[in-house]
Order: sequence, then C-alpha cells, then structure tokens
Amino acid sequence: MRVHAKRAGVLLGGLMTPALSMADWTLNMSPGVTGTSNDIFSLHMTILWICVVIGVVVFGVMFWSIFAHRKSSGRKPANFHENTLVEILWTIIPLVILVVMAIPATATLVDMYDTSEAEVDIKVTGYQWRWKYDYVDEEFGYFSSMSTSKDEIYNRIGKNENYLLDVDNPMVVPVGAKVRLLLTANDVIHSWWVPEFGVKKDAIPGFINETWTRVDEPGIYRGQCTELCGKDHGFMPVVVKAVPQDEYDEWVAGKKEEAERERELTEKDWTMEELMERGEKTYASACASCHQEDGSGSPPAFPALQGSEMVLEDMEGHLDVVVNGVSGTAMQAFGDQLNEVDLAAVITYERNAWGNDTGDMITPKEVFEYKNQD
Amino acid sequence: MAENQTYYVPEQSKWPIVATVGLGVMLYGVAAIMVNGKEGNSTTGSWIMFWVGSAIMVYMLFGWFGNVIKESRSGLYSPQMDRSFRWGMSWFIFSEVMFFAAFFGALFYARVFAIPWLGGEGDRGSSNMLWEGFQATWPLINTPDPDSYPAPEGVIGPWGLPLINTILLVTSSFTVTVAHHALKENNRQKVKTWLTATIALALVFVCVQGYEYVHAYRDLGLTLESGIYGSTFFMLTGFHGAHVILGTLMLFIMLLRIRKGHFTADNHFGFEAAAWYWHFVDVVWLGLFVFVYVI
Amino acid sequence: MSAVADTHAQDDHHHGPAKGITRWLLTTNHKDIGSMYLIFSFTMFLLGGAMAMVIRAELFQPGLQIVEPEFFNQMTTMHGLIMVFGAVMPAFVGLANWMLPLMVGAPDMALPRMNNWSFWLLPCAFLILVSTLFMEGGAPNFGWTFYAPLSTTYGPPSTTFFIFAVHIMGVSSIMGAINVIATILNMRAPGMTLMKMPLFVWTWLITAFLLIAVMPVLAGVVTMMLMDINFGTSFFDASGGGDPVLFQHVFWFFGHPEVYIMILPAFGAVSHIIPAFSRKPLFGYASMVYAVGAIALLSFVVWAHHMFTVGIPIAGQLFFMYATMLIAVPTGVKVFNWVATMFRGSLTFEAPMLFAVAFVILFTIGGFSGLMLAIAPADFQYHDTYFVVAHFHYVLVPGAIFGIFASAYFWLPKWTGHMYDETLAKTHFWLSFVGMNLAFFPMHFLGLAGMPRRIPDYALQFADFNMVSSIGAFMFGATQILFLVIVVKCVRGGEKASAKPWDGAEGLEWTVPSPAPYHTFSTPPEVK
Repeated sequence: MRVHAKRAGVLLGGLMTPALSMADWTLNMSPGVTGTSNDIFSLHMTILWICVVIGVVVFGVMFWSIFAHRKSSGRKPANFHENTLVEILWTIIPLVILVVMAIPATATLVDMYDTSEAEVDIKVTGYQWRWKYDYVDEEFGYFSSMSTSKDEIYNRIGKNENYLLDVDNPMVVPVGAKVRLLLTANDVIHSWWVPEFGVKKDAIPGFINETWTRVDEPGIYRGQCTELCGKDHGFMPVVVKAVPQDEYDEWVAGKKEEAERERELTEKDWTMEELMERGEKTYASACASCHQEDGSGSPPAFPALQGSEMVLEDMEGHLDVVVNGVSGTAMQAFGDQLNEVDLAAVITYERNAWGNDTGDMITPKEVFEYKNQD
Repeated sequence: MAENQTYYVPEQSKWPIVATVGLGVMLYGVAAIMVNGKEGNSTTGSWIMFWVGSAIMVYMLFGWFGNVIKESRSGLYSPQMDRSFRWGMSWFIFSEVMFFAAFFGALFYARVFAIPWLGGEGDRGSSNMLWEGFQATWPLINTPDPDSYPAPEGVIGPWGLPLINTILLVTSSFTVTVAHHALKENNRQKVKTWLTATIALALVFVCVQGYEYVHAYRDLGLTLESGIYGSTFFMLTGFHGAHVILGTLMLFIMLLRIRKGHFTADNHFGFEAAAWYWHFVDVVWLGLFVFVYVI
Repeated sequence: MSAVADTHAQDDHHHGPAKGITRWLLTTNHKDIGSMYLIFSFTMFLLGGAMAMVIRAELFQPGLQIVEPEFFNQMTTMHGLIMVFGAVMPAFVGLANWMLPLMVGAPDMALPRMNNWSFWLLPCAFLILVSTLFMEGGAPNFGWTFYAPLSTTYGPPSTTFFIFAVHIMGVSSIMGAINVIATILNMRAPGMTLMKMPLFVWTWLITAFLLIAVMPVLAGVVTMMLMDINFGTSFFDASGGGDPVLFQHVFWFFGHPEVYIMILPAFGAVSHIIPAFSRKPLFGYASMVYAVGAIALLSFVVWAHHMFTVGIPIAGQLFFMYATMLIAVPTGVKVFNWVATMFRGSLTFEAPMLFAVAFVILFTIGGFSGLMLAIAPADFQYHDTYFVVAHFHYVLVPGAIFGIFASAYFWLPKWTGHMYDETLAKTHFWLSFVGMNLAFFPMHFLGLAGMPRRIPDYALQFADFNMVSSIGAFMFGATQILFLVIVVKCVRGGEKASAKPWDGAEGLEWTVPSPAPYHTFSTPPEVK
C-alpha cells in the first residue's frame, strides 16, 4: 500500500502541473508522428486551455461566493434576479469562442477526409478477432493476430512490455508515403486505431470506409480495436511498422514470393503428419479463440468439436461449415480467409486431435476442387 | 362553475397490476416462442404463456375501459378530466407518429445513402468493391448478396390496388367525420349509418391489403427476406395494417356503444379519440402511398 | 365532492392509505407511486452498482483475474442498461410523481391509474432483463448501445428477451411522460401561468416531450433488430442492401435526447436548491426556461456526434460538429445563472446544497470534456476510449445521480416529516465526492493515453491509473449503503420537520404540512 500512497502523491503533483509527463502516469494525448495527429494535438490543447480558462473564471466567481457570501459570516442576501446585459453577454461571448474554435477544426477535418493521390492502398479487414491486411496493388495479404500468450493473460507468467499490444505479423508501411486505408469488416463492426497516427476509423461489414496516413518517422506503432466486437475485443491489437522505402520494397518482394510458394504448396502431396502439424498452428490462430484449444468450445454459441457428430462422421458437412460458415451464427466462412492448405490442414487436425482419431484426411487439392466445383 | 368541480381521483384499482401481469406474460411468451422456435425446441409452453397473457390483456381492456365508461356515465368526470384525456390521446398519437418515423427514416436512409453507396456512388462508393456486379436501383430488384437475400421479381405498382386503398381510406376519413358531425347534431341514426360505412371501408382496405400480400409472396417473390426493399415495404405497410385493424376495432366498439345509447351531443370523447386515431392512420397511409409506392 | 360521494358510498378523499400490500399494488396515489419509483430506482442503482464493482475489480490489475471476457461484456452491458433505464430514469419519474402535483397545486397526477401501470411495468421489464443473465448463452453482451450486427446476427439467444424488455420499458416511459404532460398542462392551480411554473416543472415538461418523441424511435429500432434476428429482414445487413450504420443513426436519434432526459430534471431540481440555500431568487428564470428549451431542440440534431468515426460524409460531419458545439451556449447560460444566483447570496451548505454545488462544478467539467468531444477531428482520438467513459460518467454521476441525491435530501423532510441526519448526509456527500472523482478523473488520462473502452484487460502502461480508479469506485460504491441508512433512519424518526424546513425555499410544496398528507390540494390553491 505504501507504494500506492506514494503514487497518489505523485498523482496529486501531476494534477498541479499538467505539462509534467511520466512513463506510467501519462496524463495527456501524444502529439503523434503524423501531420494529422499533430493537428489534432494542437486542436486538443487549444480547446483544453479554453476550457481551463473558462473554468478558472466561472469556478473562481463561484468559490468567491462560497467563501465570501456565507450566512455564517453574517451576509444579508442581495435580491437581484436578472440583468439583461449580462445575460446577453454570456450568450454572445461563448458563441464567439465556438466560432473561433470551429475554424481550425473544420480545416483539419477537411484535410483528414482527403484520401486522393495515395501512393499505397491497403485494405484492412476486421475479423473476430484479428486484422487482415491486403496490399491491393501488390496482390498479397495476410492476417495479423495478437501474439500475447494465454499464460501472460491469465497471470501464469510475467507480462512482457508490449503486453496485449504485440502481433505475429504487423502491417508494414513505407515512411513518407501517403497510405490509403480501405477499411471493412467480415463479421461485426471493428474500429482500427493507431493513436500516434491520429487515425481511427470504423471497419463496417459490407461497406468500405476510406482514410489515410503519412508516417514520417520509422518505427513500430501500436493501437487497438476500439469498437466492441465481441468477447475478444480487448485482444485484437493493431501494430504498424513504418520502414524506409527501400526496406519496404524488399519486404513486398519477399511477401509476393511467399504468396507464390503458398500457391505451389496446394499442388504438393501432403502427409498426415505434415497436415496435422500445420493444422495445429492454423487451429490455434483461427479457431481456438471460440472453440478452445482443446476443442471443447463454449456452448451454445461455440459448439464443441471434440466428439462432435459432424466432425466424427460427416466430412462433407464439416467441409461445408468451415468453408462457407453457418449464416446467422458466429461461425464465419473461412473459405475466403484461409488458403486451401490451411483449410485442409485444419479440417484434418480437427478430425484427429483431442481423441477424435477418425484417421480421416483431406488434401489441399480436394479442398480446391470442393471450392471450385460449380 | 364547472371549472372548479373537483378533479376525480379514482380509488384503488386492480387493472394496472392485471395489465402488467398480462403484458409481461404475453410478451415473455412471444419472445420464448421466437427463441425456442429458432433453437428447434418445443414452443408449446411458450404458446400457452402467450395465450394466457393475451386473455388477461383482453380481460383487462374490457374491465378497465368498462370502469372508465361507467365513471364517465355517472357524471364523475369534470371538463378538466376531459382535457386530461384529450392531452393523453394527442400525445399518444404523437408517440405513434414517432414510431412510424423510425421506419420512414430507415427507408429514407436505405434509398438515399446505403443503396447508392453499395452500388458505387458517393462518399462510401468504394464499398462496391465488396459487391462486384451490384447495381444500385430502386425498387431494389437485385441485392448485393442474392444467395442470402434473393431479390423480388417485381414490386407492387402504386396505381392499381394501392390507389384503390388510398381512395378507400381517404373516403373513410370523410365518412367518420360525417358520423362525428351527426353525433354533435344528436342524429343517432345517421351516426350509425356513417360509422358502419367507415368500418366497411376499413374492412375492405384490410382485405385488399391481405390480397396484395399474398400476391407479393406468391407471384412476385417479394418477401421480408428479399432485401431492404422487402424489409421496409412489409414493416411499414404491416405496422400500418396492424394500426388499421386496431383503429377498426376502436370504431366498432364505438358503434356498439352508440347502439347501447352511450355518448351525448356534447360529451363523446371516446368517439372523438377513435376518430382522431382513424385520421392518424389515414395520414400515415398517405405518407406510405407517396414514399413506399409512388416515389 | 358531491358527485364523488354518490357512487362511492364511503368515499372520502381525505382518508389515508389502504393497509397491507394492496396499498402498493392497487394504489392510484401519486405519493405512493412516487415512493415506489424511488425505491425501485435505488434497488436498481445498487444492482447496477454491484456490476460496476465487478467491472472495476477485474480492471484493478492487468490480466484476467476474476471474470472471463464474455461475462465482463455482459456486466458492462447490464450495468449501462440498468443504470440508464432502471436507476436514473425511474428516479426522476419518482421525483416527478411526488413533486409535480405538489408544485402545481394538483390533487394527483392527471391519469392516476395509468400512473400505477407505468410503475409496475418497470419491475416486470427488469425481471425479464435480469433473467437473461441466467439464460443459455448469457445475457446481452454487446454494450448498452447494442450496435448491430453484434447484437443481431452475433447476439446471444437472450437478445430477443432483451428486446421485449426494452419494449415494456418504453411503454412505461411513454405513459409516464404522457401523464406528466397532461398534469402540467391541465392541472396547474388557477393563476399559475406557464412562466410562473417552478423550474422543476418546466424541465420535466420538456423532458416528457423528449421522452414521447424518442422512446417510440427506440421501440422502432429494437423492432428492426427483432425482425433481423427472427424474420430474415436486412435492415442492418449490407448483403440485403441495409447498413449496420443505419442502426446507429436510429439508435442515437433516440440516444442523444435520452441523455438530456437524464439530466434536465436535475437541472430543474438544482434550480430550486441553489436559490433556497443562497436565500436569493434564481437568477435569470426566463433565460433558464429558454435555455432548457434550446437544449431540448438542439438534442434532435446532434445525434451523429456519437458516430464521428463511422464514415459519415464530410458535410454531415461538419453539420453535426457545429450543432453539437452550439449546445455549449445554452448549457453555459444555465451554469452562469446558477453561479450568479449564489453570488452575493447568504449561503449555507446543508447536504442538498453540497450536492447541488458539486453538481454545478462537476457537471461543468463533464460539459468541458463534452465540448472537447464535439470537435470532430479531436474526437477521432477520444472516441471509444476511456476519455468518453470519463465524460459521460462526469455528466451522469455528479449530474444525474448527485442531482437525485440533492433532490432527495431537499424533499425528504416533506416526504417523511422528519429531518434526516445532517452529519451522516454530509459524510455521504464527502465520501461520494472524493470516491467519484478518484474513480472517474483518472479515466480522462487513461483515455488520452489510448486505452479503449469496454475491454476486460489492458496494456501495462494503463495499470496505475486503473488501480486508482478502481479504489475510487469501491469507495463510491460502498458509500451508497450509507444513503440507505440515512433514508431508513429518516423515515423511522428524527427531528420533526416544519412545513417549510429550509428558510430560503419557495413554492407550493412548502405550503402543505410535513409530511405531506396522503391527499393534498383537493381544492386547488390560488397562485398570485
């Protein structure tokens, strides 16, 4: 408790001097690293100071009354109850302040809405509960899921400094380029936010919202989903890595190559062991948050897979549910989210893990044929 | 000194608590029917709840209104009381207007914003990327995802049955006004005639609307599931139809009361309330006719 | 009287209440109904508060310790719904029931039986709502704003029950509001013109208008949800041509006036309490009335400021930003008027005044953060963070809740005939004041530092302020038990209260004895 008492003291100190900033006791917004975020920061500080000044005046008069006009100090009450001039003044003056405030706000907003002349287009899709980044012009895309382990979340091991704010594959943008973001979602509404960019926009299923950013400093920037999107809303961070242009180009080339390799893998003949190994990973990133790592699910919303009739017997049905989803429920269509290899691997895994042991196996080729049968 | 007559404050009454139990049981039943139905469970118990609740509600309505009528006829109500009823009814109708406003708002939003955006126009036009091949039209004869929401083959044009329905309802508003004037002149035979005519027009309206629904479902494939056009069409006309039926019931009860000799030339607020409600239903229809069918 | 006596043989309007439970079940008396509303509201306040304690306990430290995320979401949802619809709104309706007839000199509410129905529907609605916690799949878990499609396609089965509970609450609110309007417009004592009405009456008149205008819209939007869930419509589904954002537009068309519904009656009550303890008439009565009217009208054209990040076209964005900023003007006028009322008065600080002064200061702080949130570009950074949570708790806790406490202490002598225990009441105030600020002020910092709302676990840099906030919340929560003690004590006994226990108080309610007789103003008083 003594530590906290000390912290409370620091807190009070902090309140007295708002400019003071401490690592753990951050009091104010960060100015960020983009033009937009700097504009927002200055708007924020202006309006904050206006509020502080008005507050000081109004509360000043009030406290003066509280201390000086007490009955206990023998005051007799005055009897005035209106004054047209004063009343008009304190209607007009705030109005003028607001107009003054509205001008820079309007300018910033107009700038934020200008998504023209972007150099890079990235389609950002929110899923329950991870993000997908599609580099539209380069024709590759990938998922970005939180990499903080359950052990950290459930306090079984210590928490790393980027607790809840780390992902497996961050979004990568080139420094200095105008990046246009096309935001959408696959299931429910999500919201993509990186505080340091001053960019927050909702990702709405079935619609695309546009926004943009230009990051001037290389670095890793972290944010989170800010629209309640279900149980793991708190566990879908946004991580963006801003790199110099040449490094970016190299990364893009690497990604394209990787995508090509994945396509080739579909053709390859897979063994049971290979599929199980890959399936376990895919399951952990795509399925485990609902159906649980041990396949026990959390009924009724998320049925158990372990011992499930469909998983044990009905291969066609199983494939259909995974590829096309179940409309009207939380089961998404994974046909567009996972490639054929992952689909085959995960289905094989589900049919053989946790004592299901059906011995069934489905290959990427079969999945490909299923998806393209019409 | 009618103004200063004492305001009638009723004694204890069992009706509010009966109404609470009735409404609660009825709506819990409805919700249970839907949830159990969707989950594939038995809905028998839920239906029983629904019917029991409904029966309590009917009992309550007869009892409560019966009380009010009895009090009114025994002269307990002052002109001030009458004004309370008038304020009450007017604001109730205003709340109904706002209920319809929500659905009209949804229609407006879908037509002016959502559909064009999905079709590639306007500020969020890039949404069309997600729905390749979708064209914005109104009426919506294709939907962004026809697998989930098959589009209708056609919609109901305004100048056939809907026009006839418009004429029916406008005429009924007129006939109910004639009946009201007759009541004020204490010509009770005339009241009965014109009120009966109003109810007849209302019933024809409901039948025509019913026929239209069957036509839409059977021949046009226009259903609740056929996208936002079907959703707004059936919700607006459906809620309106429900209000027509309710209004007709009100008018019918007024007819019964007239036949029993209720109301006088200058004291007939029950009748007026029903007439107000009827005019409201009529005005909503005019809005529907213009915004749902014509434009 | 003669007409009444004819039909009810033993009817005498000056008899007391019936005995036993039937007094409460069958009553038509506005004072009984008012008391039931207040008791119900406090019960819900404790229930919603208990859920807040669960939330704050989970957020005491980073990591998941006490509840799972699914349950956490149910807690935030139910906390919001219960506080808004179960605690704050019924409390004000209770105050209206008790005070409006006394203030306008009426024998009762205009439609007493309907009044009783309005009340009893509330326990019915909340029974259904709370029962969802025990249903398969759990209670609603999509936030009190229940955005589609999280609440439709992805909602738990209990959503349908939740929808009908909202319908019943809506019926209750609309009937309550109709009663209030009819009472105010039709039952005022002779001589009480509109511009002579007490401000609490004025604010309630406008609140009732807002209620009747927007509760049906809420009914409409939950009906659309019901249809989307159970009957295949596509209001909120883009694949059928609908739009999830349509939900938000309709919801906030209800939701924004709703927040004024929760604060306007408090404005009214505070406008009685500050003059009473300043011993000086309210400054700028007319401008107070106009300001409330202006706030109410503006509240219909600002809804999309809750949705600045959903991708509204820029013209809409600008319109809603300007309209929202304008609300600061009439709100400012009210605050200035209260301060001017205190200025050069003769002030004392009994519990009602303490709560009222805290109301003015802290509500103004909430107003400041509201003004900041109105600036659309800045809102992109504040939106859906703890800054917003801080903002609306600053307007709702020291706004609505402190307004209710102030009113309760102010009128308790009139209701019970006894003075409450001033020392305990002051303790209640100071503990609430400190606890509330400790709980909610750090949330501003958390939001600015980037902590999203509605998350069960957070990154490490938010740990310290969350701990402070939780400590404050526990303190505030525990303190409210004291209020129960004070009220029970006051009902059971205490110093006898005179008809007018506050020497600066004015209005018809202080002309009847304390406690107010079961029936008052059977013949209307004359107002000069």
